[in-house]
Amino acid sequence: MSFINYSSREINCKIVYYGPGLCGKTTNLQYIYNKTNPEAKGKMISLATETERTLFFDFLPLSLGEIRGFKTRFHLYTVPGQVFYDASRKLILKGVDGVCFVADSQIARTEANIESLENLRTNLEEQGYNLDKLPYVVQYNKRDLPDVAPVAELRELLNPTKVPDYEAVATTGVGVFDTLKAVAKLVLTELKRGG
Amino acid sequence: MNGNFVMFEEEQRQIQSTCDRLAKDANALAVLVIDKNGQEIARSGQTEHLDVTSLSSLFAGNVAATGGIAKLLAEKEFAGQFHEGEKTNVHISLVAQRAILVVLFDGHSSLGLVRLRVRKASDELGRIFEAVITKMNKGGGGTPGLFGEITDDDIDNLFNE
Repeated sequence: MSFINYSSREINCKIVYYGPGLCGKTTNLQYIYNKTNPEAKGKMISLATETERTLFFDFLPLSLGEIRGFKTRFHLYTVPGQVFYDASRKLILKGVDGVCFVADSQIARTEANIESLENLRTNLEEQGYNLDKLPYVVQYNKRDLPDVAPVAELRELLNPTKVPDYEAVATTGVGVFDTLKAVAKLVLTELKRGG
Repeated sequence: MNGNFVMFEEEQRQIQSTCDRLAKDANALAVLVIDKNGQEIARSGQTEHLDVTSLSSLFAGNVAATGGIAKLLAEKEFAGQFHEGEKTNVHISLVAQRAILVVLFDGHSSLGLVRLRVRKASDELGRIFEAVITKMNKGGGGTPGLFGEITDDDIDNLFNE
């Protein structure tokens, strides 16, 4: 649910990075944070455990510039990927405008990816959303690691609806901004359509 | 999508004026009104030194988590929360199931006074939000009027490095 403020002439949108534990959601946000001009970003907040696993969410506010006199602001959130934090994931999906599913390309994580994607679909449905109707992109992360599944295979498993998808190495930034731009663009396009 | 939330100038002014009055009447340090999804709607008082964007997201997370707890305990909701700090105290309440009203105060005020003033302000804010929603439902919140003019080029231009 975008928040459009005619008084301050702002459009605020919420993008959620979803995916299995340790797939690199927080790393995506950290890279965006590190590479964004200070005037275009706010503080990055991470509610994490002592071992730096996301406990509730990460949050990064970004300003993308003006569009027809309206400032566009994107609030990026990650969910905790670990299976047992499901209640928190549901809360973070509330009011979502766009979703980026971050898949871990390693063969050993295939099941975890599938399970997380199913969980995303279920949790969205609980909030009254349909993943197929939401601005949505997929990122195949960790492409630099040795035992990764071919992209074609990942695409077949995780992206049957053929939404925009990107290969990434979030630690070095490969594909990170491509993914963000794609989902942000889809969100704005949906707004334009009067969604 | 599930529709957008639109704030209009008239109601924004009313919310601002309610916040200003609450900050004064409750002798508060600051008052924030936040959308349940974590977007700031209004602020009043001594907010220059506050990171309102981060606070909005965290207060919304806090309220969402508390709402989740209420659901698990078969409670409708926990209407209010109070955090006591060494210098700053925080009173958080829900308004019209739509917004979060946050009052920051110190020893110059008291929880009793804040609660009293919040009750009155909440009623006012509730009425204003109802008006916003009525306006949105009547089509005043329709985005095509404004956003229909946006071209694909406008969107692309946002991303040109």
